Amino acid sequence: MAYTQDEIVKGLAEIVNEIAGIPVEEVKIDKSFTDDLDVDSLSMVEVVVAAEERFDVKIPDEDVKNLKTVGDATDYILKHQG
Amino acid sequence: MNPTNRTVVVTGIGATTPLGGDSASTWEGLLAGRSGVKPLEGERFAELPVRIAAPAAVDPESVLPRPLARKLDRSAQLALIAAREAWADAGYTAKAGEDSSIAPERLGTVIASGIGGVHTLLDQYDVLKEKGARRVSPHTVPMLMPNSPSANVGLEVNAQAGVHTPVSACASGAEAIGYAVEMIRTGRADVVVAGGTEAAIHPLPVAAFASMMAMSKNNDEPEKASRPYDKARDGFVLGEGAGVVILESAEHAARRGARVYCEVLGQGLSADSHHIAQPEPTGRGIATALQNLLDNTDLKPSEVVHVNAHATSTPQGDTAEIKALRKVLGDDLDHVAVSATKSMTGHLLGGAGGVETVVTVLALKHRLAPPTINIDELDEDIDADIVRDEPRPLPEGTIAALNNSFGFGGHNVVLALRTI
Repeated sequence: MAYTQDEIVKGLAEIVNEIAGIPVEEVKIDKSFTDDLDVDSLSMVEVVVAAEERFDVKIPDEDVKNLKTVGDATDYILKHQG
Repeated sequence: MNPTNRTVVVTGIGATTPLGGDSASTWEGLLAGRSGVKPLEGERFAELPVRIAAPAAVDPESVLPRPLARKLDRSAQLALIAAREAWADAGYTAKAGEDSSIAPERLGTVIASGIGGVHTLLDQYDVLKEKGARRVSPHTVPMLMPNSPSANVGLEVNAQAGVHTPVSACASGAEAIGYAVEMIRTGRADVVVAGGTEAAIHPLPVAAFASMMAMSKNNDEPEKASRPYDKARDGFVLGEGAGVVILESAEHAARRGARVYCEVLGQGLSADSHHIAQPEPTGRGIATALQNLLDNTDLKPSEVVHVNAHATSTPQGDTAEIKALRKVLGDDLDHVAVSATKSMTGHLLGGAGGVETVVTVLALKHRLAPPTINIDELDEDIDADIVRDEPRPLPEGTIAALNNSFGFGGHNVVLALRTI
């Protein structure tokens, strides 16, 4: 099944909350993982792996650097989900 | 003043141990003669020959916020908790550089562990085997590296003078404190956060130490298992925790009006070069370390009134240590109250030197030597005045104490502390 944009943002918010401790309601599409959400490059790998599992999607390493914001990740997952 | 003669003092202490989540509760537990040794519950320990250990009394994951805790090996979690207590106890209220109390370039950390992030290493190997490479945590290497506790404490306080991790098995924590003293004495730093940590209560290290015949197998009476100096001692009990002190040049402490616990006179070091894991039975190497301490400091043997012994409860090691003390201190050993606090905490490996330095600081502060428990019958080869069962008052006036730590590999470290 395909996830909606809202479902993906909500899922990413839960993942970021688990990994970085940021409250779920603060994880919005315009937020930068590094600058706003306390997700450093190592923790970003965790976010990506968790997102891959949750949304049944593959996010190759070379694409991870393009995922600056929650919106970038949401769009990527919307487009590539299986 | 010649920087190589700078006096080094203790201004803060912190600990999280099998007896309590801070230094005060640890001290209370010691004075009460309480054992922190418990059965190891759970299927993964069920088939091991040793099923007892002394876990940290307060789970570090219940203290630290989860996003921080999940990026730290348990050994670093414990170190951070002890370091935070010590930092606050020394009167610091902010990171270096955030106020004028200490410049980052004048602040160091030296925190050691004997084994490093063994939980992380083994847990992530399980992840690799069960779930594949993609699922191995990107934090694995920064978590398992032995310098991780020192580095994470350094990040916490913004230490920029140097962040170090000497590794010498069960002498690591004491060696860290000795290294920190030298950093201050030689002028590299004014303040150093120093100590040791260990978290190795996992089936593999337990099985490995058991294979060496180094551990007590007294599974039926955990609280009686760690029994230094007792005739029936049969090995150490693995403990978990961290102990950290804030060391400071006396001038720096005076300038900011800090409360001073005591002076750290320095260290005596040596190596046995006898066997990779067996203690040298005559105590030759330990005696050399003690003599080096006396030669390199102004400590007088007559000032020493207390020794926090290494005494892990192994048949050979406990005896060799006392032989060395007798050889170097001679008749002066007669007025020394010797305590083996591992009878209550178990053996914290690389954490031992840190925790036992904290305990020795408190012994001088309260002028009270903690007891040694579980001596039903004192080994007749123990030719020293062992403090048994009840704490014992220490004399008034200027008094000094030694804290001994020795490690697999033949490392010997003796630290000397003295009241101001």
